[in-house]
Amino acid sequence: MRRASYLVAVVLLVFGSGSATQAQTPAVNSIVVEQPWARATPPGAKTGAAYLTVVNNGTTADRLLGATTPLADKVEFHRETEENGVSRMREVPAVEVKPGAKVTFKPGEMHMMMVGLKQPLKEGQNLPLTLQFEKAGSIAVTAAIGKVGAMKHGNMRAMPPGYSMGK
Amino acid sequence: MIVKLGTAIVVLLALAASITFSTYLMIHLPEPKITTSGTAAIGGPFTLVATNNETVSDQTYRGKWLLIYFGYTYCPDACPTALNSISVALEKLGSQANDLQPLFVTVDPDRDTREAMAKYLTSFDSRIIGLTGTKEQIDSVIKEYRLYVSREKPEHGGDDYLISHSSYIYLMDPQGRFVNVIHAEEIGDEIAIRLRKEMADAGR
Repeated sequence: MRRASYLVAVVLLVFGSGSATQAQTPAVNSIVVEQPWARATPPGAKTGAAYLTVVNNGTTADRLLGATTPLADKVEFHRETEENGVSRMREVPAVEVKPGAKVTFKPGEMHMMMVGLKQPLKEGQNLPLTLQFEKAGSIAVTAAIGKVGAMKHGNMRAMPPGYSMGK
Repeated sequence: MIVKLGTAIVVLLALAASITFSTYLMIHLPEPKITTSGTAAIGGPFTLVATNNETVSDQTYRGKWLLIYFGYTYCPDACPTALNSISVALEKLGSQANDLQPLFVTVDPDRDTREAMAKYLTSFDSRIIGLTGTKEQIDSVIKEYRLYVSREKPEHGGDDYLISHSSYIYLMDPQGRFVNVIHAEEIGDEIAIRLRKEMADAGR
């Protein structure tokens, strides 16, 4: 039940917030972007991080080639790897999403690093992101900004009013 | 021939004795107590500048447990995660947190001025003190704590380099001796549990 209402809430969120509108037309576009979110940034921070899930419902692979936001100079994809207790960040030029597969950007693994933030990312606000795919073209999404250091999507205040996750 | 036989007997006896003795050792000696405190050469004297503009040294915090996380404010993912987890852990520890001084030491003194760190840390538990210093001072701490720190070449040039660094939180006892490391990706609750245990073990 909890899961079902959660799913409903997610669907409502995606439809309701007007984000990822192209993603909601699978007949045209087989790439769906789910749960885009970002972390609020500490004062003075020059970088920020955004996370989301890309689902490929199509029959051919696609590649996420880049992303832009009006709030930062550039957006890079970084993968964190850990070897012998050392965390390394590697820039990933493009992210492949195989047909039927799902790629999730999440803390500690892969993130979209916003470099040269033009303003601090504030909890409760939204971050517009435009994702550029090789085949699906550009998909605009709105990432809800959660707490500094938040580990997952799910900041209520960032949701459009009137939607509740339920109990 | 006799000499050879004698040698063989001596060798056999020695062998038997050593087997018996090692069996004895295996059975009767206590399990080797795995301890990382005291003798491990991790940590050492340092002089740095705190976010409140005080010049501090390792001596400043004697009498308190030290929880040291090394990172940098330019880091968008791992460092906010760790600082947030430390903040949660401090909350969970309640009054026990009074025995502890959490420190955030930059590995990026070029960009992390005292002011930048002070501003950055307002997003986390106010008990976390940020420390920075000259390149030499930071290099010296990095060496003492045997940290791996490596500046990654910026892909497109410019000032936006990233730094690969050891992803551990270091725990030092009130005498300044290294106790253990906690993985920086542990969640706050887990860090609190680990700290409680280490502090309780030391009190025994």
